[in-house]
Amino acid sequence: MEISRRTFLKLSGLGLLGLLGAPVIDVLAKTDRARVARAPGALTAKRWALVVDMRKCWENGKGTCRDCILACHREHNVPDIPEEKEQVRWIWTEPYENAFPEQGHQIGAALSGKPFLVLCNHCSDPPCVRVCPTRATFKREDGIVMMDYHRCIGCRYCMAACPYGARSFNFTDPRPFINSVNPAYPTRERGVVEKCNFCEERLAAGSPPACAAACRYGALVFGDLEDPGSAVREILRTRYTIRRKPELGTRPNIYYVVG
Amino acid sequence: MYDSGKILAGLAIFAMLITFPVWYHLGKATPPPEPDLDTPAIAQLAQKECVEPTDYMRASHMELLKQWRDWVVRDGKRIYVGQDGKQYVMSLEDTCLKCHSNKARFCDQCHNYVRVQPNCWNCHVVPEEGGR
Ligand code: SF4
Ligand code: SF4
Repeated sequence: MEISRRTFLKLSGLGLLGLLGAPVIDVLAKTDRARVARAPGALTAKRWALVVDMRKCWENGKGTCRDCILACHREHNVPDIPEEKEQVRWIWTEPYENAFPEQGHQIGAALSGKPFLVLCNHCSDPPCVRVCPTRATFKREDGIVMMDYHRCIGCRYCMAACPYGARSFNFTDPRPFINSVNPAYPTRERGVVEKCNFCEERLAAGSPPACAAACRYGALVFGDLEDPGSAVREILRTRYTIRRKPELGTRPNIYYVVG
Repeated sequence: MYDSGKILAGLAIFAMLITFPVWYHLGKATPPPEPDLDTPAIAQLAQKECVEPTDYMRASHMELLKQWRDWVVRDGKRIYVGQDGKQYVMSLEDTCLKCHSNKARFCDQCHNYVRVQPNCWNCHVVPEEGGR
């Protein structure tokens, strides 16, 4: 059979389309069919925030209570690495001067040297998100700044960009440094960056963050900043609060009651 | 021709060497994998079916898991509605491995056979290898 150039091109085009089209259509059919949803009891908010009442913490905890830190680190399999440079931290304490370097003169000597609970601020304008080349770190609609460890290439731009030192890098395999592994939560691996995730996995299951739940003195209050009736808004209305490094414009969502 | 004997002998040795893996394994086929479905959780299922039909799972579980990963981590959605309308929590530890608690006798069987080493287990914790 004679076949014209035109027909040949048409036919081979069709053939190619078939080859390319098959998997595409298959995938579409699958995603179309599958439906996904949020768990019915999940806690949701427009913008999550945490208020830490440092006075309650100092008065009741007497500086030695570490319930919140232990709860968080146990929940998320944060390793306990002796080598200081390789340590991984999600929530820890810093002396006032380190946590609030520009605010010393505003509040006076009373706070000097006091330990402050610090963690990722889940900034409203997070520089860590802006610099990540793979979008491994991203901001969710509810304000949580997330890490997708599957995408992290370990370039550490985010660590350089975060003005709060809230991120840790896994220099070694963390598994051997976890005393008792929580099987419900993944560990991390060597070469990825990690940080506090506002317990998004607990929120999804209807529970408040582990740190807030673990505090016996109610010093950590978690809630929706956009909800005028929320407990966090009530505290912000009635107490004097400060945020870390406000001059940088990252707009942190962690507030500290200091007076 | 000069040295044609040597050249031919050299060629023959060369041919033998490069085909070595083929004839060395002739007749000794690696036994095909036999994934083991015998776990307490599976034994209790009235209808032994995964979140999707077996054929689909066999061919595409990796695609499905990748989608689960993105839905959970990036979209914050954790409930998957299967073709049969049943709801499942998208979790490697709490859903997949609850049934397939015998990772070594289920997952590893095929992964070893086809020599793929999924890096899932670098972070996701394998619950105590249970089984029978
Ligand atoms: S505190 Fe640091 S890591 Fe957390 S959102 Fe802000 S810039 Fe990012
Ligand atoms: S280290 Fe990971 S999260 Fe940080 S910027 Fe690089 S890829 Fe993104």
